[in-house]
Amino acid sequence: MKLTVNGKSHDIEVEGDMPLLWVLRDELQLMGTKYGCGIAQCGACTVHLNGLAVRSCQVPASAADGMSITTIEGLGQPEALHAVQVAWIEHQVAQCGYCQGGQIMAASSFLQFKPNPSDEDIDRAMSANLCRCGTYPKIREAVKTAAAKLRGEV
Amino acid sequence: MGRLKTITRRTFLVGSSAFAGGVAFGTFLANKELENPLAQNLKAGAATFNPWVLIDEQAITLIVPHMDMGQGVASVQAAMIAEELDLEMDQFKISFGVPDAAYYNTALAAEAVPFRATDTSLTAETMRGLVGSLMKIMGAQVTGGSTTVPDGLNKLRVAGATARETLKLAASVQSGVPVEALTTVSAAVVLPDGQRLPYTALANTAAQLKPVHHDTLRDPSQWRLLGQPMQRLDVVAKSTGTLDYGIDLVFEDMLYAAVNINPRKGAALKAYDDTHAQSMRGVKQVLSVTNGVAVVADNTWRAFKAAAAINCEWAPAPYPAEQADHWQAVADSFTEERLDKVWRDDGDVQANMAATPAVQTEYKAPYVAHQPLEPLNAVIRVGTERVDIWVAHQLPRFAQQKVAAITGHEAEHVYLHQQYAGGSFGHRLEFENVILAAEIGRQLPGETIKLTFTREQDFAQDFTRQIGMARGTGAVANGQVTVMDLQVATVSSSTSQGKRMDTPMPGPDKQITEGAWNLPYAIPHFKVAAYRVPELAPTSSWRSVGASTAGFFADCLLDELIHAAGADPLAERIRLCDEPVAKQVLIEAGRLSGWDQPLPPNRGRGIALVESFGVPVAEVVEVTNTEQGIRIDRVTVVADVGQVIDPINFDNLVKGGVVWGLGHAMNCQITYADGQAEQNNYHRHAGMRFHQCPDIVVKGLENARQIRGIGEPPVPPAAPALANAIFVATGLRIREMPFDQHIDFV
Repeated sequence: MKLTVNGKSHDIEVEGDMPLLWVLRDELQLMGTKYGCGIAQCGACTVHLNGLAVRSCQVPASAADGMSITTIEGLGQPEALHAVQVAWIEHQVAQCGYCQGGQIMAASSFLQFKPNPSDEDIDRAMSANLCRCGTYPKIREAVKTAAAKLRGEV
Repeated sequence: MGRLKTITRRTFLVGSSAFAGGVAFGTFLANKELENPLAQNLKAGAATFNPWVLIDEQAITLIVPHMDMGQGVASVQAAMIAEELDLEMDQFKISFGVPDAAYYNTALAAEAVPFRATDTSLTAETMRGLVGSLMKIMGAQVTGGSTTVPDGLNKLRVAGATARETLKLAASVQSGVPVEALTTVSAAVVLPDGQRLPYTALANTAAQLKPVHHDTLRDPSQWRLLGQPMQRLDVVAKSTGTLDYGIDLVFEDMLYAAVNINPRKGAALKAYDDTHAQSMRGVKQVLSVTNGVAVVADNTWRAFKAAAAINCEWAPAPYPAEQADHWQAVADSFTEERLDKVWRDDGDVQANMAATPAVQTEYKAPYVAHQPLEPLNAVIRVGTERVDIWVAHQLPRFAQQKVAAITGHEAEHVYLHQQYAGGSFGHRLEFENVILAAEIGRQLPGETIKLTFTREQDFAQDFTRQIGMARGTGAVANGQVTVMDLQVATVSSSTSQGKRMDTPMPGPDKQITEGAWNLPYAIPHFKVAAYRVPELAPTSSWRSVGASTAGFFADCLLDELIHAAGADPLAERIRLCDEPVAKQVLIEAGRLSGWDQPLPPNRGRGIALVESFGVPVAEVVEVTNTEQGIRIDRVTVVADVGQVIDPINFDNLVKGGVVWGLGHAMNCQITYADGQAEQNNYHRHAGMRFHQCPDIVVKGLENARQIRGIGEPPVPPAAPALANAIFVATGLRIREMPFDQHIDFV
């Protein structure tokens, strides 16, 4: 099967039911996408599939065939950050940081559809991503800052 | 080494109080200067001044041996060295270093002795000193007990100052300018004419010199880094997916392993059938390991799948199979025989108890799991001469010993490569992943193998927090609390943990009533007794340890007594408080939360104060009773750590601690059925979710004499403050965690 990951095309020969998460991590060595629960409860494995945030632990490789995938590495890099990452760094959101790639992928997808989100919108969009360190208050601030950045206000 | 090892094994007593037997023969070793591990295999031209600073022509490397599990200690340890060494935060690399006695923890002793944190009597200080010596003898390199800042603040600044003064001497040797005329700034020694000699250019000369020990430290008013908002060293990497945790390491030709271990913790595997697993794609080997099987494959997912496909026949649990029997064992432990210690006995509780106590209640705290988001893992390669293991561990020297015992190498030939951890909360004080990796590696010598636990295996094998109950009574008179009598019964997590560290924990377990016996209140008649429940399912240290249960029991009981007295919860706590630092914390929490402002119907405000790890923390929780359940609107937190060294991390850790404390109180417990934990993933042990998170207002006070850590102390007051708030909003007293057994949350 053919996957386009962060703009780069890969021919991959794996079982059709191997979750995209493990294709990314163990076949393509893209380790920014994390394994946390394997049952769509934590969101650490969130990637964009044709621009939409999905749980890569729930997407069989066969379903991603021919699709375009963006991982946290593809969203932005230390020298070329995405606005959401800039906000995350400004607010120093991360503690252990293990969930933050998934949080950023969830936020960056959602802000495309809700450029000016209310607190309730943010709650709804982010409540499926678990953070055991309790960075939620900082995430809330960072999402608001990121939204303002994406709107070109700051 | 033989003798040292014996001392270590027999006398490691963190969390316990009986230690005196091991101390006496330690004086000689305690006074001995420890060798600098950086001095071994030092490259030509590289200079090391102490175990924390290494400079060569290319780079400045600072060693930050406390494990970073998200609490930001990699940055703060480096900042403490950099402060005196005159480095900016982007002028050095960090290394987690190697497991070594030189990195023993100097601050753990405060927790291990049976004295209140505010007790500065000669006896208390002497005991702290003795236990501190013991930590040194044992080379107790421990990340835990909220000790990184108190452990490091002096010694790491001295390390920086010593390196600085030695570099100045090197510059003097090179330039002929007297040391007194030299200054340092931004990783360089500055000559009187303004010329800058970079430290890296001085390394070769400095390497020839004996380090100039310098322990006169700069006044905090001169600090450039400490006490100021700092950008964490790892924040960019953690926001871009470029930080590798242990689980992310990749080596050439690496194999991937998964395990299937008896979910009845500690019980054997009787038989297994791996016929199907053996034929699955990518499977290389099925191996026997302690109490289970391991699959080695060419991909993590294939290993997971094959491990789950092995049919196992498990032996029964070595503890009661059903949860009801655990609770019964706890309830049956309030007896003279099970009395561990009366930790506090002020006044005369018995003589002053009313015929009908104002309150007579029972509280419960369940087992809860650690479950940091990064599942347990380790990469191992067992060679003939050496073993390499890449793992994040809070007790790296113990982990090294565990591996050595399995592979048959000397401990010094086990190279433990410390990693950033994706959370811990105490989970990485345990050894399951380390032991299993070593067992797998031993059977496949020369191979590099990454073991990853599935989330389900991680839940099943997690050593939870202690289970416990409390019985409380008391009396009130004239609007005041006059008698409080609290009996706490829990299993001893210290003893359970000590077993797995091959270290007996003799004597009473201080953690059973921690957070209760040391409450800073002068209730005229006040008794706190600890009862030790016989060992049940294995338990361990869980963020804030004993105070997470006893703190809940004690503050809830006090709140009920205050209510019975008809007093204001805040005012009566302030009146009772006899420690000035804690009293100020209460007063400030009241002010900052707007305690005096009336709330509309269906809303409630609760306060709790618990002191743990020497830090009094007050939290005011505000809730609304909505149609969808309880909504937590706002939490105000005031804590006094003596001095806030890293304000951003302080803020993050307090907020995180509140979320941790509230979330587990709301909806988390581990229960056993058929000897297995019934909760096997986050859908049954979620903790707090984003939409449930309140606004959290944080304030750090700096009145305390001693500097303390903040990783754990914000946890214990969260649960009782929430229970107390729910009572005000609804009239319902919830006396057992998790609260969702009694009330819904939005």
